[in-house]
Amino acid sequence: MKTFRIGGVHPPENKIAAHKPIEVLPVPATVTIPLSQHLGVPAVPVLGKGDQVKTGQLIARGEAFISANIHSSVSGKVLKVDDMIDSSGYRKKSIVIQVEGDEWVEGIDRDSTLVKECQLNASEIVKKVHDLGIVGMGGATFPSHVKLMVPKGKKAEVLIINGVECEPYLTADHRLMLEKGEEILAGIAIQMKALHVERAIIGIEHNKPDAIKHMSELCSHYAGITVVDLEVKYPQGAEKQLIKAAINREVPSGKLPIEVGCVVHNVGTSFAVYEAVQKNKPLIERVVTVVGRSLKNPSNFLVRIGTPVDALVEAAGGMPDDTGKVISGGPMMGKALNDLGVPVTKGTSGILVFDKDESFRKPVLPCIRCSRCLNVCPMGLEPYLLAVLAEKDRIEECELERIMDCMECGSCLYVCPSGRPLLDHIRVGKSRVGKMIRERS
Amino acid sequence: MNKLIISGSPHVQTDESVKKIMYGVVLSLVPAMLVSFYFFGLAAILITLTAVVSCMAFEFVIQKYLIKGPLTILDGSAIITGILLAFNVPSSLPLWMVVIGSAVAIGMGKMTFGGLGKNPFNPALVGRVFLMISFPVEMTNWPKPIAFSTQLTDVVTGPTPLAVMKEGVSQGEHVADILPEVPGYVNLLLGNMGGSIGEISALAIILGGLYMLVRKIITWQIPAAYLGSVVVFSGVFWLIDPTQYVDPLFHLITGGLMLGAIYMATDMVTSPMSHRGQLVFGIGCGVLTMVIRLFGAYPEGVSFAILIMNAFVPLINKGFKPKRFGEEVKHG
Amino acid sequence: MNGIINEITLISVVSLGAVGSFAAIILYMVAQKFKVVEDPRIDLVAEKLPGANCGGCGLAGCRALAEAIVKAESLEGMTCPPGGSDVMKDIASLLGLEAGDQVPMVAVLRCSGSKHNAPPKVTYDGAMTCAFAHSLFSGEAGCPYGCLGCGDCVVACAFDAMYMDAETGLPVIIDDKCVACGACVKACPRSIIEMRKKGKKDRRIFVSCINKEKGGVAKKNCAVACIGCGRCVKECKFDAITLDSNLAYIDYNKCTLCRKCVPVCPTNAIHELNFPPRKQRPEVTEQAEAK
Repeated sequence: MKTFRIGGVHPPENKIAAHKPIEVLPVPATVTIPLSQHLGVPAVPVLGKGDQVKTGQLIARGEAFISANIHSSVSGKVLKVDDMIDSSGYRKKSIVIQVEGDEWVEGIDRDSTLVKECQLNASEIVKKVHDLGIVGMGGATFPSHVKLMVPKGKKAEVLIINGVECEPYLTADHRLMLEKGEEILAGIAIQMKALHVERAIIGIEHNKPDAIKHMSELCSHYAGITVVDLEVKYPQGAEKQLIKAAINREVPSGKLPIEVGCVVHNVGTSFAVYEAVQKNKPLIERVVTVVGRSLKNPSNFLVRIGTPVDALVEAAGGMPDDTGKVISGGPMMGKALNDLGVPVTKGTSGILVFDKDESFRKPVLPCIRCSRCLNVCPMGLEPYLLAVLAEKDRIEECELERIMDCMECGSCLYVCPSGRPLLDHIRVGKSRVGKMIRERS
Repeated sequence: MNKLIISGSPHVQTDESVKKIMYGVVLSLVPAMLVSFYFFGLAAILITLTAVVSCMAFEFVIQKYLIKGPLTILDGSAIITGILLAFNVPSSLPLWMVVIGSAVAIGMGKMTFGGLGKNPFNPALVGRVFLMISFPVEMTNWPKPIAFSTQLTDVVTGPTPLAVMKEGVSQGEHVADILPEVPGYVNLLLGNMGGSIGEISALAIILGGLYMLVRKIITWQIPAAYLGSVVVFSGVFWLIDPTQYVDPLFHLITGGLMLGAIYMATDMVTSPMSHRGQLVFGIGCGVLTMVIRLFGAYPEGVSFAILIMNAFVPLINKGFKPKRFGEEVKHG
Repeated sequence: MNGIINEITLISVVSLGAVGSFAAIILYMVAQKFKVVEDPRIDLVAEKLPGANCGGCGLAGCRALAEAIVKAESLEGMTCPPGGSDVMKDIASLLGLEAGDQVPMVAVLRCSGSKHNAPPKVTYDGAMTCAFAHSLFSGEAGCPYGCLGCGDCVVACAFDAMYMDAETGLPVIIDDKCVACGACVKACPRSIIEMRKKGKKDRRIFVSCINKEKGGVAKKNCAVACIGCGRCVKECKFDAITLDSNLAYIDYNKCTLCRKCVPVCPTNAIHELNFPPRKQRPEVTEQAEAK
């Protein structure tokens, strides 16, 4: 079994919903579709209050290079284009649509038959991915078309597909691989064509033996695609760690994976690419794991983008009385929600419902310099030092200690026996160093 | 519904805690403690108890009345300081001296710097060295071990094997002639020799060290580098002149080396953070120990070596960073 | 015996004396060679400055300001917030320059979102630093403009002029100690604290809210938010109040401290400080005093 070398932790896996097949969640009464569901510049709305929309219709255009189109996930009437509360409690521009029926835009193939052959050439594939608003579905939501275009002077050699799902609790990718394996492989083949690569590697962690077996069997029908069995270790789903684990190449500090000839895509993204290219379907729904220790019915739902979180929790058996924390995403990198009316977006991989007793952080004690944070940091940084420097606002030193290499995986805070809020301080330091770097140039 | 709780990610934390680590160390000290009770009897029990109780008492008094901060005497760190201080004194030491040693260890060694996690020097060693300098006679008066002894006074005393060796060599005797004067290697390993309460049995200390390694309380780097460099250093001299220098095994299992390498040098607070730094620290301790043992005025140099290297820890932390990801580009 | 002691004494005295003299000669030569000629006036100016090194002048510390003043040979644009006009006049007379009039300023907290006025809807459980809380979420009360209550400003204050009020969850500025160095203004990630004119007899009127959301939205989170209704703007006869994106702002240079705007505010968002109590609406004054 392969894995990355520096650092890493192994939190309790808690994959409670792993055996639950994906269920289609009914379309809600209204959806709220934020205009910034991706990394980069927010999309610009192309319609206004009172307009009628159909499912799959373009409602906001990503005009900048790093931006993504947004399509309506339902059919109905636009109630308003206004600032709506997002997962952080701040208000961001969103389009609110009242659902009327479920009428789809023409041209979308809703038939579930597998279409393997792809007639399009590379640039046509990229255009399709761009037009239909595909973004990375692992959580970072980086626009996929950008990743499928190899910059001049660089050459992609290997496409690495991320089926790691190293976050505890989450099982959305796991279920997708089991149920839509064929489609994912067809999607991978399409991406290989777009990138002109001969080799693709699907990385899956060892705690999903059924997915490894299933995908390996399917791979035998495709030339150049293999599955690699990875040791269970967080954060293996991070791009740089996955590349290191799968093909033992190290992306240099501050550089992108293409530097070592790699492009990394998520299995969810591969499925979305398949649907976009072969079925003409924009990214309007995704698989979301709704899970928690006290939830009656932890499930994996296929959800329309814009569905409010409380509808998901309701479908999973309702909010338990003793809820302390609701998290969008996984327990290691997810965001705690302060309002349950916020919508599911393209990057929402899970909704976690924590009981009160598991919601609070440990009491903060003095640092005993045990060096555990240092040993688990997958980037080989010194979190204890960065946290102190950031707290004291010594940002030049933070930069020298390579604070910008931190990917905020949270391993340091997870492992700290004193419960120190290391990552909180490091995040502040990162944003200040980032500001300093921007001002310098 | 309750008020929701908001915090930054991650939202899960390990169940490891400072308390668990500290009590893990205490647990790992039990074998060595039992050996000391066996060989030094009631006196050892009394000294260990006195040291632990007075360390906790001093920490309590300082936190409550001087710092007026939160009370943390139950986190286990004062207990460890107490046990280690007791382990580093002879069993014939008057109890009031033990109390003074505890006061210095906790007061000067730990609380003056701000308490747990902020002290640059190992508190137990600070206490020990203070006693060593203040009461040199009492601190080098080593009772001979007697199984199940209940005697408190009038015990037979004698020098430690290291002192015998140093004395002998300085008077021009050959190592081979001195060796019969000290207990055999098996006895040395088990702890049947004169010395401080806890340092005598290398075997019991190694057992505790293994437990800490398995629990991941310590890493292998410091003990390995420390013991390894002692073996290399003494081995070179032994190979050059076996009549003047005793073999490495003797150095390994006598004196406070095992206790120092496994418990004192590995103290998290006062040792370097990165693995590379820990190796450097261990080697530094080993070389200094041997320099003092072979060429210094004292027969034993573990305490001083570790305290000197403690002072270098901030520098080591600056100079030896962990291996960063993406430092060297490798294709393969 | 005596001879030996004498000999030892002699040797020590001679050798130590020689070492000392040698070192002294070297030190003297080095001092001569690397002598830095400094304007003696810098020391004089620096002596006049408060010496708190607060950075309120925008320079690295008091000595840096002294150097800048002497170098520039003018007091144009140089201010010492803690020292105020008096210090600058002192320096001016010392150097024979003109000192501009410096208006005494004081830090003002423009948020009244106490635990009572803006009840918390969620509980924050993380590092007690506003900088991080601000990047994480909108605040316990849900107001994206309001005070987060983690006390970054109190930590930044070098003059002990601020403390956190446990009752309200808001910082309190002690006017007498505040030297208007501006450290808290820089520390606040939401720019809630403003430097305002100290005013005649320390009297000040200001809008204690910086929320730019629509009135209804703001009011939902906080009972004393400015809802941008514009009544104070109409009431003000001196054009001192402006309304910009649902938020009223009182220009302290134009305000005549007439207090007419205070009672018309429907949410009590306008505060008056250090005025004698008025008869009609004493509760407003009380609240303001409590601030």
